[in-house]
Amino acid sequence: MNTENLIALLVAAPLLGAAVLLCGGRRLDRVGPWLGTLLAAVPFVIGLVLFTDMLGKGAEERSLHQHLFSWIPVEGFQADVAFQLDQLSMTFVLLISGVGTLIHLYSIGYMEHDERRRRFFGYLNLFLAAMLLLVLADNYLLLYVGWEGVGLASYLLIGFWQHKPSAATAAKKAFLVNRVGDMGLSIAIMLMFTTFGTFAFEPVLGAAEETSEGKLTAIGLMLLLAACGKSAQVPLQSWLGDAMEGPTPVSALIHAATMVTAGVYLIVRSGVIFNGAPDAQLAVTVVGAVTLLFGAIVGCAKDDIKKALAGSTMSQIGYMILAAGLGPIGYVFAIMHLVTHGFFKAGLFLGAGSVMHGMNDEVDMRKYGGLRKYMPVTFVTFGLGYLAIIGFPGLSGFFSKDKIIEAAFAKGGTEGWILGSVALLGAAITAYYMTRVMIMTFFGEKRWEPDAQGNAPHPHESPKSMTIPMILLAVGSVFAGGFFSIGDRFMHWLEPVTHHDHGDSPLSAATVTGATMVVLVIGVSMAWVQYGRRPVPSVAPRGSLVTRAARRDLLQDDFNHVVLVRGGEHLTRSLVYVDHTLVDGVVNGTAASVGGLSGRLRKLQNGYARSYAVSMFGGAAVLIVATLLMRAV
Amino acid sequence: MSATAVHNLWTMAAADPIDKIDAPKIEYGQLAPTLIVIGAAVIGVLIEAFVPRKSRYYAQLFVSVVALAAAFAAVVALASGGYGTTKARIAAMGAIAVDGPALFLQGTILLAGLVAIFTFAERRLDPEAHGNRIDSFVAQAGAVPGSPGEQAATKAGFTTTEVFPLALFAIGGMLVFPSANDLLTLFIALEVFSLPLYLLCALARRKRLMSQEAAVKYFLLGAFASAFTLFGIALIYGYAGSVSYGTIAKVVDGTLTTVDPALAGTMGNDALLLIGAAMIVMGLLFKVGAVPFHMWTPDVYQGAPTPVTGFMAAATKVAAFGALLRLLYVVLPGLRWDWRPVMWGIAVITMLGGAIVAITQTDIKRLLAYSSIAHAGFILAGVVATTEEGVSSVLFYLGAYSFVTIGAFAVVTLVRDAGGEATHLSKWAGLGRRSPLVAAVFAVFLLAFAGIPLTSGFSGKFAVFKAAAEGGAGALVVVGVLSSAIAAFFYIRVIVLMFFSEPKADGPTVAVPSPLTMTAIGVGVAVTLVLGVAPQYFLDLAGQAGVFVR
Repeated sequence: MNTENLIALLVAAPLLGAAVLLCGGRRLDRVGPWLGTLLAAVPFVIGLVLFTDMLGKGAEERSLHQHLFSWIPVEGFQADVAFQLDQLSMTFVLLISGVGTLIHLYSIGYMEHDERRRRFFGYLNLFLAAMLLLVLADNYLLLYVGWEGVGLASYLLIGFWQHKPSAATAAKKAFLVNRVGDMGLSIAIMLMFTTFGTFAFEPVLGAAEETSEGKLTAIGLMLLLAACGKSAQVPLQSWLGDAMEGPTPVSALIHAATMVTAGVYLIVRSGVIFNGAPDAQLAVTVVGAVTLLFGAIVGCAKDDIKKALAGSTMSQIGYMILAAGLGPIGYVFAIMHLVTHGFFKAGLFLGAGSVMHGMNDEVDMRKYGGLRKYMPVTFVTFGLGYLAIIGFPGLSGFFSKDKIIEAAFAKGGTEGWILGSVALLGAAITAYYMTRVMIMTFFGEKRWEPDAQGNAPHPHESPKSMTIPMILLAVGSVFAGGFFSIGDRFMHWLEPVTHHDHGDSPLSAATVTGATMVVLVIGVSMAWVQYGRRPVPSVAPRGSLVTRAARRDLLQDDFNHVVLVRGGEHLTRSLVYVDHTLVDGVVNGTAASVGGLSGRLRKLQNGYARSYAVSMFGGAAVLIVATLLMRAV
Repeated sequence: MSATAVHNLWTMAAADPIDKIDAPKIEYGQLAPTLIVIGAAVIGVLIEAFVPRKSRYYAQLFVSVVALAAAFAAVVALASGGYGTTKARIAAMGAIAVDGPALFLQGTILLAGLVAIFTFAERRLDPEAHGNRIDSFVAQAGAVPGSPGEQAATKAGFTTTEVFPLALFAIGGMLVFPSANDLLTLFIALEVFSLPLYLLCALARRKRLMSQEAAVKYFLLGAFASAFTLFGIALIYGYAGSVSYGTIAKVVDGTLTTVDPALAGTMGNDALLLIGAAMIVMGLLFKVGAVPFHMWTPDVYQGAPTPVTGFMAAATKVAAFGALLRLLYVVLPGLRWDWRPVMWGIAVITMLGGAIVAITQTDIKRLLAYSSIAHAGFILAGVVATTEEGVSSVLFYLGAYSFVTIGAFAVVTLVRDAGGEATHLSKWAGLGRRSPLVAAVFAVFLLAFAGIPLTSGFSGKFAVFKAAAEGGAGALVVVGVLSSAIAAFFYIRVIVLMFFSEPKADGPTVAVPSPLTMTAIGVGVAVTLVLGVAPQYFLDLAGQAGVFVR
């Protein structure tokens, strides 16, 4: 059997699901969730088949290619709908469809009481189709289709509860901010077309090494802009926190495990371009390092459990972007952290969703406390995710994050020291804010009270359809990192695509691991001192200047408002002024003079046949004289 | 040989005494379109004489429609028989050319004429008077306006069904005009189609004095222009010793120098050629309404019965541009460097003049008149190209423009108040609210006039401007685009007026026409959209028809 013919099915199955569920009408309301879940599982099963098949081949023969049809066949502009399944894509396919299937399953329980759940599953399927298209495309244009597709699905799902103005606004915000990044990607594709005459991966990446650094830098920076938008990196990070308005499974799947990592995929996929453009690479590492701290600091101050986790997501993707910016030293670790993060962050979000499910959709952690007794499964799975993300020895995050910190030091020179220290500092802050979340939610005294209507929450464990995905993800959070790292399995697996390079670390691996352990302990202890030993006030204290700024997302929206909104308003106002006075002045002046001329010429038309005849006679005379003159000249 | 034959045919006095006259050889088949129309016109005259008054309208309409359809079928048959391309030839002993441009223009004139006849025959717009349906034409042309005789004629239910044969005669002349292959045939065709038009202009049922004034002006100025043309023909004869296009062209080129002894003093005198050519061209420019020979246009368009205006604006322009093209491309290509700059100047002032003066018009018919002047300028830009593409772009433009024009004037006939047609623009305010369909159709025509994409106006304008630019008249294209911008202002202004102004309390009503006018408007809209959306087939057709026979 030609296995490459299966690739299209990966995209087609969820796409079919989306079409059927969105067009199918009310008849499908009852079976919709199960149908959606089934069609999400299809790509996972096919992915496993292809994966097994791939393992049976030599490392160099593993890349599969399927040409579906010619999309835009124009002379000099060939766009194909064709898929490429190599080790990198395979990793993503399994992550996306695997986590995707689990989250579909979880949503069956979570969305049980929602009237529009058929539509919800339709959107989720649409997301899966677009995301798989994004990672399977064999050219940047088709990737762009998937890129926009996941953006659309993200928009629809953030605003799924559109009756809430906050959700509608958040969806719009995500969409608008993403447009800025999308513009970067489209410009990058145009630059590729003018530089290479094509935008298929193979010829572009093949020719990149012989291209001038200036052009590669330009393309690289535009790709980085695209990645910033989709992966919520500074300066386009502002949408991710608000995106938590969407249903929690959406936050887990799209805004934690998969879509937001598309930027990392883009940079790793375009690695050859970045390798030839050190300036662009530096920009990538700076963006990663800044976001890593930014997200971590915001995560420390949030009382909303989902927003705290969103800050954490931002920060963890910062790690991946940082690793991707390091070049061949870091690509493998970026992807490895991406996969382990996919497990534990999805698990954490599902845990958060489970808590909210039992707490009447309350999100304020100050109103939780002591939930471990009421939700044991949630507590254990969330706890394992927590240990994984802070890098507890032996769990997934330990392996992947440690490698990134090591690679950052291995970058060498002052840059290496700075980036390494930032990554280390980030690890400390991660330990702090995650411990804070853990303590405020599951430990201490219970702090929940009846709400305005007098309904007191009755915390309870969630149904099986929700706990089973959480358990499976927890298993991944515990073992994935170790499985990948032992014998450098993951590195060898990806090497044909990403070409690994060890670099020269000034510090030994043991030193880095030791330092990471130290900062881990510091972070956890600080959180314990602050939240474990003292009672947590159920109303947030005023806090220091930094805390207040962090609560406002480090003033990102204020910054955007002052600089972009106000600035934009001033710009438009001055343009309107110029338009009204200068442009309109010229236009109106011209119009007035033409009108005046018209009025004067019109008087020539006086209605007398004799005047008309004179005009004809004069015209004939001029005509004759002019003709004769032409000959004379 | 044909040159001599024609020479002999027209100027027998100058030749030797003739013992016997050879019967001229006439290719009836190739002249069928013209012969059918003229024959039908003669039948129309007989109908006026012999058919009872009650039945005349139906008989005339039937004969006209059948004749025009048959003539069109004959054109199609000739074209598909290859007479437009490989078998193009000169018929009727050198008098008539049967070639691509001739057949294309004849087909256009016949279709435009057919659609125009429908608007002539419209009898449902006005309420019945004295139990008789009435049309746009006066009850009895001879009756003095406002006299008891006129009232009696109206009361008796007279109608001027003579308009049908008159229109057919005019169409017959128009068919010959662009295919005339010698100057005398050209002149006769000019008069054959002009005289019926003068009459038709005088036949409006309402505002009769204005109509008669228009007719007299048109007649006087037309006669004046004809005099120039005729004098120009005489000068050219003096120069070339012949009125045949082919012979004149050869003399201009210098390939023919045989001197007619009687003309030894003048033959080959370039001053005669240049002055004569300028005067003939002036006569044709008068017919197309180019500045500064345009001044009759607004007055006549306004005064004439609106169906006649539409017919005139469309068909006359097609015929006259056809004749102008043939004259410049067949007779005077050797003078290209003399006439091109002059035509260039005429095109510029025609485009700008028409567009600028149109801005301040307040009467819809006058507005459309100035619009037609501006369009004459655009077409001249294609004429100046002096390439085969120039010819075919002009042919396409003429075809596209004529249907828009007839359709637009047909819509004008629908908007009425107590005094007949409500042509003052202020009355059109808010028409879109009251009659959205009619206003939308008119808007389509206006957009086509303005040359907005997806209408035939855009395709046509694009074709002529492209041809002009490739023919080395880039500056002319710039002026053309600027004029289009000015023109767009007053077209769009009417649309704004119709759709975005409050309707007036005493505004006009929109009459529901019979299927005849509906057909005319429907054909106009269909042609406008088809030529706008999918013009390629017709561009190819015009492209194939771009070569003159010499």
